[in-house]
Amino acid sequence: MIEVEGVERRYDGVAVLSEVTLSLPKGGLTAIIGPNGAGKSTLLSVMGRLQKPDAGRVTLEGMHLAQAPGRAVAKKLAMLRQDNHTAARLTVRDLVAFGRYPHCRGNPGPEDQAQIDRALAILGLEPLADRFLDQLSGGQRQRAHIAMVLAQDTGCILLDEPLNNLDISHAVRIITLVREAAQALGKTVVVVLHDINMAAAHCDRIVVMKGGRILRHGTPAELMQADFLSAVYETPISVHELAGRLVAVY
Amino acid sequence: MSPEIRARQITHRMALLALLALLAAAAFLLLNARGSWDFLLPFRGRKLAALAVVAVAIALSTVVFQTVTQNRILTPAIMGFDALYVLIQTGLVFGLGAGRVSALDARLVFGLELGAMVVFALLLFRWMFGPAARNLHLLMLVGIVLGTLFRSIAGFLQRIIDPDSFTVLQDRLFASFNAVDPGLLTLSALIVAGLALILWRLVPELDVLALGREAAVGLGVPQERLVLGLLVIVTLLVALSTALVGPVTFLGLLVANLAYLLLPTGRHAVLLPAAALIALITLIGGQALLERVLHYDTALAVVVEFAGGLVFILLVIRGVAR
Ligand SMILES: Nc1ncnc2c1ncn2[C@@H]1O[C@H](COP(=O)(O)OP(=O)(O)OP(=O)(O)O)[C@@H](O)[C@H]1O
Ligand SMILES: [Mg+2]
Repeated sequence: MIEVEGVERRYDGVAVLSEVTLSLPKGGLTAIIGPNGAGKSTLLSVMGRLQKPDAGRVTLEGMHLAQAPGRAVAKKLAMLRQDNHTAARLTVRDLVAFGRYPHCRGNPGPEDQAQIDRALAILGLEPLADRFLDQLSGGQRQRAHIAMVLAQDTGCILLDEPLNNLDISHAVRIITLVREAAQALGKTVVVVLHDINMAAAHCDRIVVMKGGRILRHGTPAELMQADFLSAVYETPISVHELAGRLVAVY
Repeated sequence: MSPEIRARQITHRMALLALLALLAAAAFLLLNARGSWDFLLPFRGRKLAALAVVAVAIALSTVVFQTVTQNRILTPAIMGFDALYVLIQTGLVFGLGAGRVSALDARLVFGLELGAMVVFALLLFRWMFGPAARNLHLLMLVGIVLGTLFRSIAGFLQRIIDPDSFTVLQDRLFASFNAVDPGLLTLSALIVAGLALILWRLVPELDVLALGREAAVGLGVPQERLVLGLLVIVTLLVALSTALVGPVTFLGLLVANLAYLLLPTGRHAVLLPAAALIALITLIGGQALLERVLHYDTALAVVVEFAGGLVFILLVIRGVAR
Protein backbone atom coordinates (compact mmCIF):
# COMPACT_ATOMS: atom_id res chain seq x y z
CA MET A 1 0.00 0.00 0.00
CA ILE A 2 1.66 3.21 -1.14
CA GLU A 3 0.02 6.60 -0.93
CA VAL A 4 1.07 9.83 -2.55
CA GLU A 5 -0.72 12.85 -1.12
CA GLY A 6 -0.65 16.27 -2.74
CA VAL A 7 2.95 15.99 -3.90
CA GLU A 8 4.57 18.99 -5.55
CA ARG A 9 8.06 19.23 -6.97
CA ARG A 10 9.60 22.34 -8.48
CA TYR A 11 12.88 22.98 -10.27
CA ASP A 12 13.91 26.63 -10.13
CA GLY A 13 10.31 27.63 -9.47
CA VAL A 14 8.93 25.61 -12.37
CA ALA A 15 6.53 22.92 -11.19
CA VAL A 16 7.27 19.49 -12.65
CA LEU A 17 4.81 17.75 -10.32
CA SER A 18 1.73 19.53 -9.14
CA GLU A 19 -0.96 18.23 -6.83
CA VAL A 20 -0.15 14.60 -7.48
CA THR A 21 -2.29 12.29 -5.40
CA LEU A 22 -2.26 8.58 -5.98
CA SER A 23 -3.19 5.58 -3.88
CA LEU A 24 -1.99 2.14 -4.91
CA PRO A 25 -3.33 -0.88 -3.03
CA LYS A 26 -1.04 -3.66 -1.89
CA GLY A 27 -0.34 -6.14 -4.66
CA GLY A 28 -0.78 -5.51 -8.36
CA LEU A 29 1.15 -4.11 -11.26
CA THR A 30 0.70 -0.44 -12.12
CA ALA A 31 2.11 1.22 -15.22
CA ILE A 32 2.85 4.92 -15.45
CA ILE A 33 2.77 6.20 -19.02
CA GLY A 34 3.00 9.63 -20.58
CA PRO A 35 5.09 11.72 -22.96
CA ASN A 36 8.71 12.72 -22.33
CA GLY A 37 9.01 15.27 -19.57
CA ALA A 38 5.61 14.39 -18.10
CA GLY A 39 7.15 13.95 -14.66
CA LYS A 40 7.08 10.15 -14.51
CA SER A 41 10.66 9.75 -13.32
CA THR A 42 10.28 12.61 -10.89
CA LEU A 43 7.18 11.04 -9.38
CA LEU A 44 8.91 7.67 -9.09
CA SER A 45 11.98 9.27 -7.45
CA VAL A 46 9.75 11.00 -4.93
CA MET A 47 7.92 7.73 -4.26
CA GLY A 48 11.29 6.04 -3.83
CA ARG A 49 12.41 8.91 -1.54
CA LEU A 50 15.38 9.70 -3.82
CA GLN A 51 14.00 13.22 -4.06
CA LYS A 52 12.20 15.19 -1.42
CA PRO A 53 8.90 16.69 -2.49
CA ASP A 54 8.48 20.45 -2.01
CA ALA A 55 5.01 19.77 -0.64
CA GLY A 56 2.90 16.75 0.18
CA ARG A 57 4.06 13.38 1.37
CA VAL A 58 4.43 9.73 0.51
CA THR A 59 3.55 6.93 2.90
CA LEU A 60 4.31 3.24 2.56
CA GLU A 61 2.10 1.02 4.69
CA GLY A 62 1.48 3.99 6.92
CA MET A 63 5.21 4.75 7.23
CA HIS A 64 6.06 8.35 6.36
CA LEU A 65 8.92 7.91 3.89
CA ALA A 66 10.72 11.17 4.51
CA GLN A 67 10.94 10.47 8.24
CA ALA A 68 11.43 6.71 8.44
CA PRO A 69 14.96 5.36 8.93
CA GLY A 70 16.65 4.60 5.61
CA ARG A 71 17.48 0.94 6.11
CA ALA A 72 13.95 0.14 7.35
CA VAL A 73 12.50 1.68 4.19
CA ALA A 74 15.06 -0.07 1.99
CA LYS A 75 13.85 -3.44 3.29
CA LYS A 76 10.37 -2.64 2.01
CA LEU A 77 10.94 -0.58 -1.10
CA ALA A 78 13.41 -0.94 -3.96
CA MET A 79 13.81 1.29 -6.96
CA LEU A 80 15.42 1.08 -10.38
CA ARG A 81 16.38 4.47 -11.79
CA GLN A 82 16.15 5.47 -15.43
CA ASP A 83 19.88 6.19 -15.66
CA ASN A 84 22.26 3.86 -13.94
CA HIS A 85 25.92 4.48 -14.20
CA THR A 86 28.40 3.52 -11.57
CA ALA A 87 31.91 4.84 -11.40
CA ALA A 88 33.11 2.04 -9.15
CA ARG A 89 34.68 -1.00 -10.78
CA LEU A 90 32.24 -3.76 -9.96
CA THR A 91 31.36 -7.19 -11.27
CA VAL A 92 27.75 -8.09 -11.95
CA ARG A 93 27.72 -10.26 -8.83
CA ASP A 94 29.13 -7.40 -6.71
CA LEU A 95 26.41 -5.09 -7.98
CA VAL A 96 23.61 -7.56 -7.33
CA ALA A 97 25.04 -8.23 -3.87
CA PHE A 98 24.50 -4.56 -3.02
CA GLY A 99 20.78 -5.29 -3.15
CA ARG A 100 21.30 -7.21 0.09
CA TYR A 101 22.94 -4.29 1.89
CA PRO A 102 19.74 -3.23 3.72
CA HIS A 103 19.42 -6.75 5.09
CA CYS A 104 23.00 -7.71 5.85
CA ARG A 105 25.08 -4.50 5.85
CA GLY A 106 27.80 -5.87 3.60
CA ASN A 107 28.07 -9.17 5.43
CA PRO A 108 26.03 -11.63 3.33
CA GLY A 109 24.90 -14.86 4.97
CA PRO A 110 23.59 -17.98 3.24
CA GLU A 111 20.10 -16.49 2.85
CA ASP A 112 21.57 -13.41 1.18
CA GLN A 113 23.73 -15.57 -1.11
CA ALA A 114 20.63 -17.53 -2.10
CA GLN A 115 18.78 -14.31 -2.97
CA ILE A 116 21.74 -13.07 -5.02
CA ASP A 117 21.98 -16.35 -6.95
CA ARG A 118 18.23 -16.37 -7.49
CA ALA A 119 18.24 -12.83 -8.89
CA LEU A 120 21.16 -13.65 -11.19
CA ALA A 121 19.38 -16.76 -12.43
CA ILE A 122 16.06 -15.01 -13.04
CA LEU A 123 17.71 -12.45 -15.29
CA GLY A 124 19.85 -15.01 -17.07
CA LEU A 125 23.02 -13.37 -15.80
CA GLU A 126 24.83 -16.48 -14.55
CA PRO A 127 27.27 -16.61 -17.48
CA LEU A 128 28.06 -12.92 -16.96
CA ALA A 129 28.17 -12.89 -13.17
CA ASP A 130 31.92 -12.35 -12.92
CA ARG A 131 32.24 -9.79 -15.70
CA PHE A 132 32.87 -6.17 -14.83
CA LEU A 133 29.96 -3.84 -15.53
CA ASP A 134 31.94 -1.88 -18.10
CA GLN A 135 32.40 -5.08 -20.08
CA LEU A 136 28.66 -5.52 -20.69
CA SER A 137 26.27 -4.40 -23.38
CA GLY A 138 23.63 -1.81 -22.52
CA GLY A 139 20.86 -4.37 -22.17
CA GLN A 140 23.01 -6.69 -20.09
CA ARG A 141 23.86 -3.82 -17.75
CA GLN A 142 20.18 -2.96 -17.46
CA ARG A 143 19.46 -6.57 -16.49
CA ALA A 144 22.19 -6.45 -13.85
CA HIS A 145 20.57 -3.40 -12.28
CA ILE A 146 17.16 -5.06 -12.33
CA ALA A 147 18.71 -8.11 -10.65
CA MET A 148 20.05 -5.85 -7.89
CA VAL A 149 16.54 -4.49 -7.29
CA LEU A 150 15.10 -8.00 -7.17
CA ALA A 151 17.81 -9.16 -4.76
CA GLN A 152 16.63 -6.45 -2.39
CA ASP A 153 13.50 -8.63 -2.03
CA THR A 154 11.07 -5.90 -1.08
CA GLY A 155 7.29 -5.78 -0.97
CA CYS A 156 7.21 -2.66 -3.09
CA ILE A 157 9.22 -2.31 -6.31
CA LEU A 158 9.50 0.83 -8.45
CA LEU A 159 11.01 0.41 -11.90
CA ASP A 160 11.73 3.40 -14.14
CA GLU A 161 11.70 2.19 -17.75
CA PRO A 162 12.99 -1.28 -16.89
CA LEU A 163 12.59 -2.44 -20.49
CA ASN A 164 15.05 0.15 -21.84
CA ASN A 165 17.63 -1.42 -24.12
CA LEU A 166 16.14 -4.90 -23.74
CA ASP A 167 15.40 -7.24 -26.63
CA ILE A 168 11.85 -8.57 -27.04
CA SER A 169 12.59 -11.83 -25.28
CA HIS A 170 14.04 -10.19 -22.18
CA ALA A 171 11.40 -7.47 -22.15
CA VAL A 172 8.61 -10.04 -22.13
CA ARG A 173 10.41 -12.15 -19.53
CA ILE A 174 10.82 -9.22 -17.18
CA ILE A 175 7.32 -7.86 -17.51
CA THR A 176 5.93 -11.37 -16.98
CA LEU A 177 8.20 -11.80 -14.01
CA VAL A 178 7.05 -8.63 -12.27
CA ARG A 179 3.46 -9.45 -13.11
CA GLU A 180 3.83 -12.83 -11.43
CA ALA A 181 5.54 -11.23 -8.46
CA ALA A 182 2.59 -8.87 -8.15
CA GLN A 183 -0.03 -11.59 -8.49
CA ALA A 184 1.49 -14.57 -6.73
CA LEU A 185 3.60 -12.86 -4.06
CA GLY A 186 1.38 -9.85 -3.49
CA LYS A 187 4.10 -7.34 -4.32
CA THR A 188 3.22 -3.79 -5.21
CA VAL A 189 5.01 -3.04 -8.46
CA VAL A 190 5.06 0.27 -10.33
CA VAL A 191 6.69 0.46 -13.76
CA VAL A 192 7.23 3.42 -16.02
CA LEU A 193 6.72 2.26 -19.60
CA HIS A 194 6.76 3.89 -23.00
CA ASP A 195 5.21 0.92 -24.76
CA ILE A 196 1.46 1.44 -24.28
CA ASN A 197 0.67 -2.02 -25.60
CA MET A 198 2.99 -3.63 -23.11
CA ALA A 199 1.25 -1.68 -20.35
CA ALA A 200 -2.22 -2.59 -21.59
CA ALA A 201 -1.41 -6.27 -21.97
CA HIS A 202 0.29 -6.86 -18.63
CA CYS A 203 -0.66 -4.26 -16.05
CA ASP A 204 -3.62 -4.15 -13.68
CA ARG A 205 -3.76 -0.37 -13.66
CA ILE A 206 -2.44 2.43 -15.81
CA VAL A 207 -1.66 5.95 -14.62
CA VAL A 208 -1.42 8.52 -17.39
CA MET A 209 0.69 11.60 -16.71
CA LYS A 210 1.28 14.77 -18.62
CA GLY A 211 2.65 18.18 -17.68
CA GLY A 212 3.35 17.15 -14.09
CA ARG A 213 -0.19 15.99 -13.40
CA ILE A 214 -2.03 12.71 -13.37
CA LEU A 215 -4.55 12.93 -16.19
CA ARG A 216 -6.32 9.64 -15.58
CA HIS A 217 -5.93 6.48 -13.59
CA GLY A 218 -7.78 3.27 -14.46
CA THR A 219 -7.76 -0.19 -15.96
CA PRO A 220 -6.27 -0.76 -19.43
CA ALA A 221 -9.78 -1.22 -20.87
CA GLU A 222 -10.82 2.18 -19.51
CA LEU A 223 -7.81 4.03 -20.83
CA MET A 224 -7.13 2.39 -24.17
CA GLN A 225 -9.25 4.92 -26.08
CA ALA A 226 -8.09 6.32 -29.36
CA ASP A 227 -9.03 9.97 -28.85
CA PHE A 228 -7.73 10.12 -25.28
CA LEU A 229 -4.35 8.60 -26.22
CA SER A 230 -4.12 10.76 -29.34
CA ALA A 231 -4.65 13.85 -27.21
CA VAL A 232 -2.09 12.75 -24.59
CA TYR A 233 0.65 12.07 -27.10
CA GLU A 234 -0.47 14.73 -29.60
CA THR A 235 -0.17 12.05 -32.28
CA PRO A 236 -2.90 10.17 -34.15
CA ILE A 237 -3.38 6.84 -32.38
CA SER A 238 -6.05 4.24 -33.12
CA VAL A 239 -7.02 1.34 -30.89
CA HIS A 240 -7.95 -2.09 -32.24
CA GLU A 241 -8.81 -5.42 -30.78
CA LEU A 242 -6.34 -8.05 -31.83
CA ALA A 243 -5.99 -11.59 -30.48
CA GLY A 244 -8.21 -10.65 -27.56
CA ARG A 245 -6.12 -7.61 -26.65
CA LEU A 246 -6.51 -3.88 -27.06
CA VAL A 247 -3.68 -2.72 -29.28
CA ALA A 248 -2.76 0.86 -30.04
CA VAL A 249 -1.50 1.55 -33.53
CA TYR A 250 0.51 4.68 -34.29
CA MET B 1 38.50 -14.40 -14.39
CA SER B 2 36.76 -16.40 -11.70
CA PRO B 3 36.08 -14.74 -8.36
CA GLU B 4 38.32 -17.26 -6.58
CA ILE B 5 41.30 -16.40 -8.74
CA ARG B 6 40.58 -12.70 -8.34
CA ALA B 7 40.27 -13.04 -4.57
CA ARG B 8 43.55 -14.93 -4.44
CA GLN B 9 45.23 -12.30 -6.58
CA ILE B 10 44.03 -9.60 -4.20
CA THR B 11 45.28 -11.52 -1.14
CA HIS B 12 48.67 -12.02 -2.80
CA ARG B 13 49.05 -8.40 -3.70
CA MET B 14 48.02 -7.23 -0.24
CA ALA B 15 50.55 -9.58 1.32
CA LEU B 16 53.22 -8.28 -1.03
CA LEU B 17 52.40 -4.68 -0.16
CA ALA B 18 52.54 -5.46 3.56
CA LEU B 19 55.91 -7.16 3.09
CA LEU B 20 57.29 -4.24 1.13
CA ALA B 21 56.09 -1.81 3.79
CA LEU B 22 57.85 -3.86 6.47
CA LEU B 23 61.02 -4.01 4.39
CA ALA B 24 60.91 -0.26 3.87
CA ALA B 25 60.55 0.32 7.59
CA ALA B 26 63.41 -2.08 8.36
CA ALA B 27 65.63 -0.43 5.76
CA PHE B 28 64.82 2.97 7.15
CA LEU B 29 65.64 1.93 10.71
CA LEU B 30 68.68 -0.27 10.17
CA LEU B 31 70.52 0.65 7.01
CA ASN B 32 73.73 2.56 7.14
CA ALA B 33 73.83 3.00 10.87
CA ARG B 34 76.81 4.97 12.03
CA GLY B 35 77.11 5.84 15.69
CA SER B 36 75.43 4.40 18.72
CA TRP B 37 72.15 2.50 18.41
CA ASP B 38 70.92 4.04 21.65
CA PHE B 39 70.82 7.35 19.95
CA LEU B 40 70.00 6.24 16.45
CA LEU B 41 67.00 3.98 17.03
CA PRO B 42 64.83 6.40 19.01
CA PHE B 43 65.73 9.19 16.61
CA ARG B 44 64.94 7.18 13.51
CA GLY B 45 61.97 5.58 15.22
CA ARG B 46 60.38 8.94 15.85
CA LYS B 47 60.89 9.99 12.26
CA LEU B 48 59.49 6.67 11.07
CA ALA B 49 56.42 7.20 13.21
CA ALA B 50 55.90 10.67 11.76
CA LEU B 51 56.18 9.28 8.22
CA ALA B 52 53.74 6.48 9.06
CA VAL B 53 51.14 8.78 10.62
CA VAL B 54 51.25 11.10 7.62
CA ALA B 55 51.17 8.23 5.12
CA VAL B 56 48.11 6.62 6.70
CA ALA B 57 46.28 9.92 7.20
CA ILE B 58 46.80 11.00 3.61
CA ALA B 59 46.00 7.64 2.04
CA LEU B 60 42.77 7.14 3.98
CA SER B 61 41.58 10.70 3.52
CA THR B 62 42.16 10.63 -0.22
CA VAL B 63 40.37 7.34 -0.86
CA VAL B 64 37.40 8.37 1.27
CA PHE B 65 37.25 11.83 -0.33
CA GLN B 66 37.34 10.33 -3.81
CA THR B 67 34.59 7.87 -2.94
CA VAL B 68 32.40 10.58 -1.47
CA THR B 69 32.92 12.97 -4.37
CA GLN B 70 32.83 10.20 -6.99
CA ASN B 71 36.01 11.29 -8.70
CA ARG B 72 39.57 10.12 -8.96
CA ILE B 73 41.35 13.36 -9.72
CA LEU B 74 40.54 15.65 -6.84
CA THR B 75 42.13 15.18 -3.47
CA PRO B 76 41.39 17.16 -0.34
CA ALA B 77 44.91 18.55 -0.50
CA ILE B 78 44.46 19.98 -3.98
CA MET B 79 41.57 22.02 -2.61
CA GLY B 80 43.80 24.77 -1.27
CA PHE B 81 44.95 23.22 1.99
CA ASP B 82 48.61 23.77 1.29
CA ALA B 83 48.04 27.42 0.48
CA LEU B 84 46.06 27.92 3.67
CA TYR B 85 48.89 26.36 5.64
CA VAL B 86 51.36 28.77 4.02
CA LEU B 87 49.07 31.68 4.80
CA ILE B 88 48.67 30.71 8.44
CA GLN B 89 52.41 30.33 8.92
CA THR B 90 53.12 33.60 7.15
CA GLY B 91 50.41 35.37 9.09
CA LEU B 92 51.86 34.12 12.35
CA VAL B 93 55.41 35.21 11.56
CA PHE B 94 54.16 38.52 10.21
CA GLY B 95 51.85 39.24 13.09
CA LEU B 96 54.01 38.12 15.98
CA GLY B 97 57.54 38.29 14.58
CA ALA B 98 59.88 35.39 14.00
CA GLY B 99 61.29 35.37 17.52
CA ARG B 100 57.99 35.07 19.25
CA VAL B 101 56.62 32.48 16.80
CA SER B 102 59.63 30.25 17.40
CA ALA B 103 59.06 30.61 21.11
CA LEU B 104 55.36 29.76 20.83
CA ASP B 105 54.20 26.48 22.22
CA ALA B 106 54.23 24.03 19.30
CA ARG B 107 50.97 22.61 20.59
CA LEU B 108 49.29 26.00 20.38
CA VAL B 109 50.38 26.54 16.78
CA PHE B 110 49.33 23.00 15.93
CA GLY B 111 45.90 23.51 17.42
CA LEU B 112 45.50 26.83 15.64
CA GLU B 113 46.45 25.38 12.26
CA LEU B 114 44.21 22.40 12.77
CA GLY B 115 41.27 24.59 13.73
CA ALA B 116 41.66 26.99 10.82
CA MET B 117 41.98 24.23 8.27
CA VAL B 118 38.98 22.31 9.60
CA VAL B 119 36.80 25.43 9.52
CA PHE B 120 37.95 26.32 6.01
CA ALA B 121 37.38 22.85 4.64
CA LEU B 122 33.99 22.42 6.22
CA LEU B 123 32.81 25.74 4.80
CA LEU B 124 34.04 24.74 1.37
CA PHE B 125 32.53 21.23 1.54
CA ARG B 126 29.25 22.48 2.92
CA TRP B 127 28.98 24.82 0.04
CA MET B 128 29.89 22.11 -2.40
CA PHE B 129 27.31 19.70 -1.04
CA GLY B 130 24.75 22.44 -0.65
CA PRO B 131 21.74 22.40 -2.94
CA ALA B 132 23.13 24.83 -5.48
CA ALA B 133 26.54 23.60 -6.47
CA ARG B 134 27.40 20.00 -7.23
CA ASN B 135 29.70 20.65 -10.11
CA LEU B 136 33.09 19.15 -9.54
CA HIS B 137 34.88 21.35 -12.03
CA LEU B 138 33.42 24.42 -10.37
CA LEU B 139 34.62 23.16 -7.02
CA MET B 140 38.08 22.47 -8.37
CA LEU B 141 38.17 25.97 -9.79
CA VAL B 142 37.05 27.47 -6.49
CA GLY B 143 39.73 25.51 -4.66
CA ILE B 144 42.38 26.71 -7.05
CA VAL B 145 41.18 30.30 -6.93
CA LEU B 146 41.08 30.30 -3.14
CA GLY B 147 44.51 28.68 -3.10
CA THR B 148 45.85 31.43 -5.35
CA LEU B 149 44.24 34.07 -3.16
CA PHE B 150 45.80 32.61 -0.02
CA ARG B 151 49.17 32.33 -1.71
CA SER B 152 49.00 35.91 -3.01
CA ILE B 153 48.20 37.28 0.43
CA ALA B 154 51.00 35.18 1.89
CA GLY B 155 53.35 36.34 -0.87
CA PHE B 156 52.50 39.95 -0.17
CA LEU B 157 53.10 39.53 3.56
CA GLN B 158 56.37 37.70 2.88
CA ARG B 159 57.59 40.63 0.81
CA ILE B 160 57.09 43.11 3.61
CA ILE B 161 58.46 41.16 6.57
CA ASP B 162 62.09 41.59 7.54
CA PRO B 163 64.66 39.22 5.98
CA ASP B 164 65.46 37.43 9.25
CA SER B 165 61.86 36.53 9.83
CA PHE B 166 61.63 35.43 6.22
CA THR B 167 64.42 32.90 6.69
CA VAL B 168 62.67 31.48 9.74
CA LEU B 169 59.43 31.34 7.80
CA GLN B 170 60.95 29.55 4.84
CA ASP B 171 62.21 26.85 7.12
CA ARG B 172 58.75 26.30 8.47
CA LEU B 173 57.12 26.09 5.07
CA PHE B 174 58.78 22.96 3.73
CA ALA B 175 57.22 19.64 4.62
CA SER B 176 59.68 18.28 7.12
CA PHE B 177 59.65 15.01 8.98
CA ASN B 178 62.66 15.88 11.13
CA ALA B 179 61.35 18.50 13.45
CA VAL B 180 58.18 16.87 14.70
CA ASP B 181 57.32 17.45 18.33
CA PRO B 182 57.11 14.04 20.09
CA GLY B 183 54.04 14.98 22.13
CA LEU B 184 52.18 16.13 19.04
CA LEU B 185 53.25 13.01 17.22
CA THR B 186 51.73 10.76 19.87
CA LEU B 187 48.55 12.80 19.90
CA SER B 188 48.30 12.73 16.11
CA ALA B 189 48.98 9.00 15.98
CA LEU B 190 46.17 8.40 18.47
CA ILE B 191 43.72 10.58 16.55
CA VAL B 192 44.61 8.99 13.21
CA ALA B 193 44.24 5.52 14.72
CA GLY B 194 40.84 6.45 16.13
CA LEU B 195 39.64 7.88 12.83
CA ALA B 196 40.96 4.84 10.95
CA LEU B 197 38.96 2.63 13.27
CA ILE B 198 35.78 4.63 12.61
CA LEU B 199 36.40 4.37 8.86
CA TRP B 200 36.94 0.65 9.18
CA ARG B 201 33.53 0.26 10.77
CA LEU B 202 31.99 2.32 7.95
CA VAL B 203 33.45 0.16 5.18
CA PRO B 204 30.07 -1.28 4.05
CA GLU B 205 28.63 2.23 3.83
CA LEU B 206 31.65 3.46 1.86
CA ASP B 207 31.14 0.62 -0.61
CA VAL B 208 27.52 1.67 -1.08
CA LEU B 209 28.40 5.38 -1.39
CA ALA B 210 30.69 4.52 -4.29
CA LEU B 211 27.56 3.59 -6.25
CA GLY B 212 26.46 7.21 -6.24
CA ARG B 213 24.18 9.38 -4.17
CA GLU B 214 20.87 8.06 -5.42
CA ALA B 215 21.77 4.40 -5.30
CA ALA B 216 23.02 4.92 -1.76
CA VAL B 217 19.78 6.58 -0.65
CA GLY B 218 17.84 3.80 -2.35
CA LEU B 219 19.73 1.20 -0.35
CA GLY B 220 18.95 3.03 2.87
CA VAL B 221 22.29 4.65 3.70
CA PRO B 222 21.71 7.91 5.62
CA GLN B 223 23.53 9.63 2.78
CA GLU B 224 23.59 13.29 3.85
CA ARG B 225 24.58 12.66 7.44
CA LEU B 226 27.14 10.08 6.43
CA VAL B 227 28.78 12.27 3.79
CA LEU B 228 29.08 15.16 6.20
CA GLY B 229 30.57 12.88 8.85
CA LEU B 230 33.04 11.42 6.38
CA LEU B 231 34.09 14.88 5.21
CA VAL B 232 34.75 15.87 8.81
CA ILE B 233 36.98 12.81 9.17
CA VAL B 234 38.75 13.58 5.89
CA THR B 235 39.31 17.17 6.97
CA LEU B 236 40.71 16.15 10.32
CA LEU B 237 43.10 13.68 8.68
CA VAL B 238 44.42 16.15 6.12
CA ALA B 239 44.64 19.02 8.57
CA LEU B 240 46.44 16.79 11.02
CA SER B 241 49.06 15.66 8.57
CA THR B 242 49.54 19.18 7.22
CA ALA B 243 49.87 20.66 10.70
CA LEU B 244 52.31 17.91 11.61
CA VAL B 245 54.78 18.06 8.72
CA GLY B 246 53.53 20.67 6.27
CA PRO B 247 51.72 20.33 2.97
CA VAL B 248 52.06 17.14 0.91
CA THR B 249 49.77 17.87 -2.00
CA PHE B 250 50.03 15.03 -4.48
CA LEU B 251 50.95 12.02 -2.36
CA GLY B 252 47.30 11.09 -1.82
CA LEU B 253 46.53 11.22 -5.49
CA LEU B 254 49.50 9.01 -6.27
CA VAL B 255 48.77 6.30 -3.73
CA ALA B 256 45.00 6.20 -4.20
CA ASN B 257 45.31 5.76 -7.95
CA LEU B 258 48.03 3.14 -7.54
CA ALA B 259 45.69 1.27 -5.21
CA TYR B 260 42.82 1.35 -7.74
CA LEU B 261 45.24 0.17 -10.41
CA LEU B 262 46.79 -2.69 -8.44
CA LEU B 263 43.58 -3.93 -6.85
CA PRO B 264 40.70 -4.15 -9.29
CA THR B 265 37.90 -4.07 -6.75
CA GLY B 266 35.45 -1.54 -5.39
CA ARG B 267 35.68 -2.92 -1.86
CA HIS B 268 36.97 -0.44 0.66
CA ALA B 269 37.98 -3.25 2.96
CA VAL B 270 40.74 -3.76 0.38
CA LEU B 271 41.23 -0.27 -1.04
CA LEU B 272 41.72 1.55 2.27
CA PRO B 273 44.49 -0.69 3.65
CA ALA B 274 46.05 -1.01 0.20
CA ALA B 275 46.33 2.75 -0.24
CA ALA B 276 47.73 3.08 3.28
CA LEU B 277 50.36 0.41 2.59
CA ILE B 278 51.34 2.01 -0.71
CA ALA B 279 51.68 5.35 1.04
CA LEU B 280 53.88 3.76 3.72
CA ILE B 281 56.05 2.15 1.06
CA THR B 282 56.35 5.37 -0.91
CA LEU B 283 57.12 7.64 2.01
CA ILE B 284 59.26 5.36 4.16
CA GLY B 285 60.91 3.50 1.30
CA GLY B 286 61.51 6.76 -0.53
CA GLN B 287 63.01 8.37 2.51
CA ALA B 288 65.23 5.33 3.17
CA LEU B 289 66.44 5.39 -0.40
CA LEU B 290 67.13 9.10 -0.41
CA GLU B 291 68.76 9.33 2.98
CA ARG B 292 70.51 6.01 3.43
CA VAL B 293 71.45 4.99 -0.09
CA LEU B 294 71.73 8.13 -2.15
CA HIS B 295 72.74 10.32 0.78
CA TYR B 296 70.53 13.10 -0.37
CA ASP B 297 69.19 15.22 2.37
CA THR B 298 66.72 16.97 0.17
CA ALA B 299 63.22 16.65 1.45
CA LEU B 300 61.54 13.54 0.13
CA ALA B 301 58.45 15.68 -0.28
CA VAL B 302 59.98 17.22 -3.38
CA VAL B 303 60.39 13.85 -5.09
CA VAL B 304 56.96 12.55 -4.07
CA GLU B 305 55.32 15.75 -5.17
CA PHE B 306 57.05 15.52 -8.52
CA ALA B 307 55.82 11.97 -9.12
CA GLY B 308 52.34 12.77 -7.81
CA GLY B 309 52.16 15.89 -9.95
CA LEU B 310 52.97 13.84 -13.03
CA VAL B 311 50.18 11.40 -12.16
CA PHE B 312 47.80 14.32 -11.73
CA ILE B 313 48.63 15.71 -15.15
CA LEU B 314 48.26 12.24 -16.67
CA LEU B 315 44.85 11.79 -15.08
CA VAL B 316 43.68 15.19 -16.25
CA ILE B 317 44.88 14.55 -19.80
CA ARG B 318 43.24 11.12 -19.84
CA GLY B 319 40.04 12.63 -18.44
CA VAL B 320 40.05 15.25 -21.17
CA ALA B 321 40.74 12.67 -23.86
CA ARG B 322 37.81 10.55 -22.76
N1 LIG C 1 17.45 18.42 -12.43
C1 LIG C 1 16.49 19.04 -13.11
N2 LIG C 1 16.52 20.40 -13.22
C2 LIG C 1 15.55 21.04 -13.91
N3 LIG C 1 14.54 20.43 -14.50
C3 LIG C 1 14.45 19.10 -14.44
C4 LIG C 1 15.43 18.33 -13.74
N4 LIG C 1 15.09 17.03 -13.82
C5 LIG C 1 13.97 16.99 -14.55
N5 LIG C 1 13.58 18.22 -14.92
C6 LIG C 1 12.39 18.54 -15.70
O1 LIG C 1 11.28 17.97 -15.07
C7 LIG C 1 10.34 17.50 -16.03
C8 LIG C 1 9.95 16.08 -15.70
O2 LIG C 1 11.09 15.25 -15.83
P1 LIG C 1 11.01 13.68 -15.69
O3 LIG C 1 12.37 13.14 -15.77
O4 LIG C 1 10.19 13.36 -14.49
O5 LIG C 1 10.20 13.28 -17.00
P2 LIG C 1 9.77 11.85 -17.51
O6 LIG C 1 8.29 11.81 -17.55
O7 LIG C 1 10.43 10.79 -16.75
O8 LIG C 1 10.32 11.88 -18.99
P3 LIG C 1 11.02 10.71 -19.86
O9 LIG C 1 9.93 9.96 -20.52
O10 LIG C 1 11.79 11.49 -20.90
O11 LIG C 1 11.87 9.91 -19.00
C9 LIG C 1 11.00 17.67 -17.38
O12 LIG C 1 10.41 18.77 -18.01
C10 LIG C 1 12.44 17.92 -17.08
O13 LIG C 1 12.97 18.82 -18.02
MG1 LIG D 1 11.86 9.41 -17.12
